[in-house]
Amino acid sequence: MNKDVIITLNDISVAFDGETVLNHLNLDIRDGEFVTILGPSGCGKTTTLRIIAGFQEPDSGDVLFGTKVMNGVPAHNRPVNTIFQRYALFPHLNVYDNVAFGLRVRKVKEDQIKEKVEEMLRLVDLKGFNRRSIDSLSGGQQQRVAIARALAVDPQVLLLDEPLGALDLKLRKDMQKELKDIQQRLGITFIYVTHDQEEALSMSDKVVVMDKGEIQQIGTPTDIYNEPSNAFVADFIGESNILDGIMLEDYKVRFSGRVFDCVDKGFEPNEPVDVVIRPEDVDVCPVNEGMLTGTVTSVTFKGVHYEIIVDIRGFKWMIQSTDIQYEGERIGIHIKPDEIHIMKKSCYSGLYGDYSSFSDEMDYIDDPDVDISDINDITELSDE
Amino acid sequence: MKKRVGALSWLYLICFMLLLYAPIMVLIIFSFNATNSTSVFGGFSLYWYRELFRDAATITAFKNTVILAVVSSIVSTVLGTVSAVGYHYSRTRWYKRALMTTTNIPMMNPDIVTGISMMLLFVFVGTLLHVTGVLGFTTMLIAHITFQLPYVILNVLPRLSAMDPYLTEAAMDLGCTPVGAFFKITLPEIRSGVLAGLIMAFTLSLDDFVISYFVSGPTFQTLPIRIYSMTKKRVTPDMYALSAIIFVVMLILLIVINVMEDREIGDYRERRREARRAREQEVAVE
Repeated sequence: MNKDVIITLNDISVAFDGETVLNHLNLDIRDGEFVTILGPSGCGKTTTLRIIAGFQEPDSGDVLFGTKVMNGVPAHNRPVNTIFQRYALFPHLNVYDNVAFGLRVRKVKEDQIKEKVEEMLRLVDLKGFNRRSIDSLSGGQQQRVAIARALAVDPQVLLLDEPLGALDLKLRKDMQKELKDIQQRLGITFIYVTHDQEEALSMSDKVVVMDKGEIQQIGTPTDIYNEPSNAFVADFIGESNILDGIMLEDYKVRFSGRVFDCVDKGFEPNEPVDVVIRPEDVDVCPVNEGMLTGTVTSVTFKGVHYEIIVDIRGFKWMIQSTDIQYEGERIGIHIKPDEIHIMKKSCYSGLYGDYSSFSDEMDYIDDPDVDISDINDITELSDE
Repeated sequence: MKKRVGALSWLYLICFMLLLYAPIMVLIIFSFNATNSTSVFGGFSLYWYRELFRDAATITAFKNTVILAVVSSIVSTVLGTVSAVGYHYSRTRWYKRALMTTTNIPMMNPDIVTGISMMLLFVFVGTLLHVTGVLGFTTMLIAHITFQLPYVILNVLPRLSAMDPYLTEAAMDLGCTPVGAFFKITLPEIRSGVLAGLIMAFTLSLDDFVISYFVSGPTFQTLPIRIYSMTKKRVTPDMYALSAIIFVVMLILLIVINVMEDREIGDYRERRREARRAREQEVAVE
């Protein structure tokens, strides 16, 4: 799996109108990888892609393809191709001419073009669509034409900018599978930009999580999910309870007024840390057996499981459980040592991972003067 | 109640159409008049049409008008399209605003002011360069291009803004140079705006009188100027014939354009229907 690095972004910085978009970004892309750049809108992921494609020049830093510096090389001289958010198919050309476009620019002979176009249309399952106009295609079909058009010129790297964003949910799932399939069959490197964490986890070999123009974490989907590097990543990928904790010593952490065994080490004695516990890793048990106990404040049925919000010493936990609990009930919870993940404090600490602001309790949190635990006490009293 | 409103609106429509087209109908009828009376129809005849084609000066003026219109509209369309593209892709806001205001001035400016100022300029430059009789084809061409430019730009700009900005990037991504991308992708995309600008520039040139009057010289006369000079005597019915011909040609042109547009819209709707069917199928397959 240790293949050659084919694209290197070296200390890239970009600012638009004085606003930093990318901040000293470093990234290596290896041959044949499916890399996903994941982040909220405005995190700089599309700009990163445009820098690789050659539509945007970095203010500082180098773009390398292999060992060759590509700064200043215009887009049409780069061996990468892009699939744009809204496909950007040429409306005045039919399906065949769209796919043939790149080959015609390269002055390939017409009979070879015909062969290649037919092959590409077969690959994306659009055989017989040659003469159809772009307007007459559905979103999914247009997406396929865009893929065929980009792949027809045999790029080393395919850049995909939220390619499935405009499709219906169901179709999106199918296309995810198909894209992954095409990538594996052709062995081309895919750099895929999305804000959809599920898409990122299910398709990629490597996920690059970005926020505020900086890379927060690079890793495999399981790494990113199980070992998030900071509160931002933990919150952005899936649901998490993020608590303030103190690392007493190796394998011992204190949070919620109690000392827990854990599997992390290498922190300073008594170092303040962020503790991440995924909602599905929390087991509900009777109050007397619980490591912690709390009051259920809300229960939502989600199909596969119930989403339960529990107030434990003023902190709202989210728990996903297949057993129903009832609002107002007192329950205990049990957490296994390997389900506790410890992170170093970061600038994101304290911003995420408390479910006080969840759903119906949303109204209260905008008012800083109202203590949420007080409100809950009041509602409990009035219920009685 | 409803019926009365219907009758009234019909009446209104008929009056409206009469007011609009009566002059042209009268003109066409009298172009076929056998006599040169402006009040009595003396029988059907093609005399004035024959007479028209015998009048060498008028024919020359007509030719001049067409040459001027063709050359000036082509030049202004090229220049205007290039300007529109430059304007569209410039990013500095104050610069864009200044450009647009400058562009609009020749359009807002009364023709008579434009005409006089241009004549002054041409004569002034002519004197500087020691050229006598500077007013002629060249000065008219410059003047016509000047007043056509804003119309071309204003026809092309909306097409550019309506265009998906990623199309040119996609073309370059596939290996096109920026210039190649313009000709292969941008130009076909904004084609209808360029064409509309060209037609507008052409017709503006055809019937411009005020500006042309000031910047034309004895060596080069266009039809509107020739007709005007004839009104100093008495307008002969061969001018009716000429006007009738011009009107009919314009009418045919308009109908052709409308039919073509209609067909294009029909085709587009058909394609969208097809796309909807494709979409429904996709969902059904799930």
